[in-house]
Amino acid sequence: MSSPIPTKDAKIELKNVHKRFGKKIVLHDLSLTIPKGKSLVVIGGSGSGKSVMLKCMLGIIRPEKGSIKVDGKEVTRLPGSDREKVLTKFGMLFQNAALFDSLPVWENVAFGLIQGRNMRRKDAKDIAIEKLGQVGLAPEVGDLHPAELSGGMQKRVGLARAIATDPEIIFFDEPTTGLDPIMADVINDLIVNSVKELGATALSITHDMASARKIADYIAMIYKGEIIWAGTRDEVDQSGNEYVDQFIHGRADGPIQMDVLKP
Amino acid sequence: MNPLAIIGNVVLTALGETGRLSLFTWTAVTHILRPPLYWRLIGQQMMRIGYFSLPVVALTSFFTGGVLALQIYYGSDQFNSESIVATIVALGITRELGPVLAGLMVAGRAAAAIAAELGTMRVTEQIDALTTLSTNPFKYLVVPRIVAAVITLPALVFVGDVIGIFGGFVVGTQSLDFNSGVYIKTTVDFLELDDVTSGLIKSSIFGFIIAVMGCYQGFHSKGGALGVGRATTNAVVISSILILAANYVMTSLFFSS
Ligand SMILES: Nc1ncnc2c1ncn2[C@@H]1O[C@H](COP(=O)(O)OP(=O)(O)OP(=O)(O)O)[C@@H](O)[C@H]1O
Ligand SMILES: [Mg+2]
Repeated sequence: MSSPIPTKDAKIELKNVHKRFGKKIVLHDLSLTIPKGKSLVVIGGSGSGKSVMLKCMLGIIRPEKGSIKVDGKEVTRLPGSDREKVLTKFGMLFQNAALFDSLPVWENVAFGLIQGRNMRRKDAKDIAIEKLGQVGLAPEVGDLHPAELSGGMQKRVGLARAIATDPEIIFFDEPTTGLDPIMADVINDLIVNSVKELGATALSITHDMASARKIADYIAMIYKGEIIWAGTRDEVDQSGNEYVDQFIHGRADGPIQMDVLKP
Repeated sequence: MNPLAIIGNVVLTALGETGRLSLFTWTAVTHILRPPLYWRLIGQQMMRIGYFSLPVVALTSFFTGGVLALQIYYGSDQFNSESIVATIVALGITRELGPVLAGLMVAGRAAAAIAAELGTMRVTEQIDALTTLSTNPFKYLVVPRIVAAVITLPALVFVGDVIGIFGGFVVGTQSLDFNSGVYIKTTVDFLELDDVTSGLIKSSIFGFIIAVMGCYQGFHSKGGALGVGRATTNAVVISSILILAANYVMTSLFFSS
């Protein structure tokens, strides 16, 4: 495996992380570094373990083996209260948005401010409305409930919630799926801005190569629970790796075989 | 399959489940004892678990009080039935039937609702999302429900006690031709504070069982709509059985001496 991602000044460092569900091995000796203040995009086929990897870093899923360090501190075996402290650094956009359907949209966005930071509800609402504006949603949307929104709108509310607390580390699980190309580009800009202006460290998962090229400083490819290639954004076209080539050009023929019945 | 292996499997599963439930309960209790508590959420849950259960509990208690009066009347020699009916209705309702019936009714309403709500939150990753927003799901979801249930069940049962005794009174005076003054006086004379408080203590425990079971099943549900459905059923069935078992244990403790 090539590893041109610099390992010093790492914000997050995964080493030999192992995770299985029953007999199925999902993460297999996965190692990855996310440099501070940079944007890393992870690409990889459906079911290759990308979402599971994010959840391991957040402590939602506990890996069997391996180490995960955030700011040099081991986080895999933290007790509850310490974990909460580490998690204040994170913002997360879930693949399916995972909005709280019992709360109105604005309270979803303001949740981390009200509960996590004890901000007054009125102040938090103002910030929430502002963040909704940044993802292209009108203030009126704030008073609706998540069930009243379209899929793409839910995704954007999830995005607004992820960035509402101006976290140091932001995870985006497929930020642009389900969005039209114009809105996708708005979201790309938003992610780039979060990293450039706020100095956040971003880890995004995407299948959308246009988006990956726009938001990434570094790109890594995961295949069968392992990082098989990593490099800068510009290197991805000359990776010399057949798997990466097949993926970025979206070819059905190649070393990656999809388990589908051929006619 | 080897029958011994089957038995072994069942025992292991049951032990594992008991262990998980104990750990869950312990975690919940430690969070209740450690501030802060979300009072706004506790208030909200008190409305849902307690206030909205009032009609069901009131109706159940009323008819139970009435039917109790009828049965005691038919079963006793009709000579001094007036005082016997009044006494046994009052004791039966406050000590046993009030708390148990309210417990079972609320188990059907609230344990199911809690399991379904938290189960849906689990399978749609809302509980994971809570964690990432540095909010402890135990503090935010489990504790308010437990505290609300433990506080509101005794209140519900107290109202149920009054209505149940009133049900016996209505049947006694309207269809059995008892004298209303005598009926009330007998009830007041025979009923002791301990009868009522024992029932209220029981109902508090039932509230705890209902909320813990609902939350536990919801938290551990997996696999979409089917899993949530299963969690809901389990929450109602298991909490009902636990309520009846706990009631037996508490009755033998309270009234043995
Ligand atoms: N809670 C779970 N229990 C059992 N298996 C799971 C669980 N979560 C994920 N898996 C399995 O782990 C594998 C990787 O899942 P993951 O969600 O990480 O895929 P992914 O790379 O994010 O795919 P996609 O691009 O489709 O979102 C899948 O095969 C899935 O079946
Ligand atoms: Mg995924």
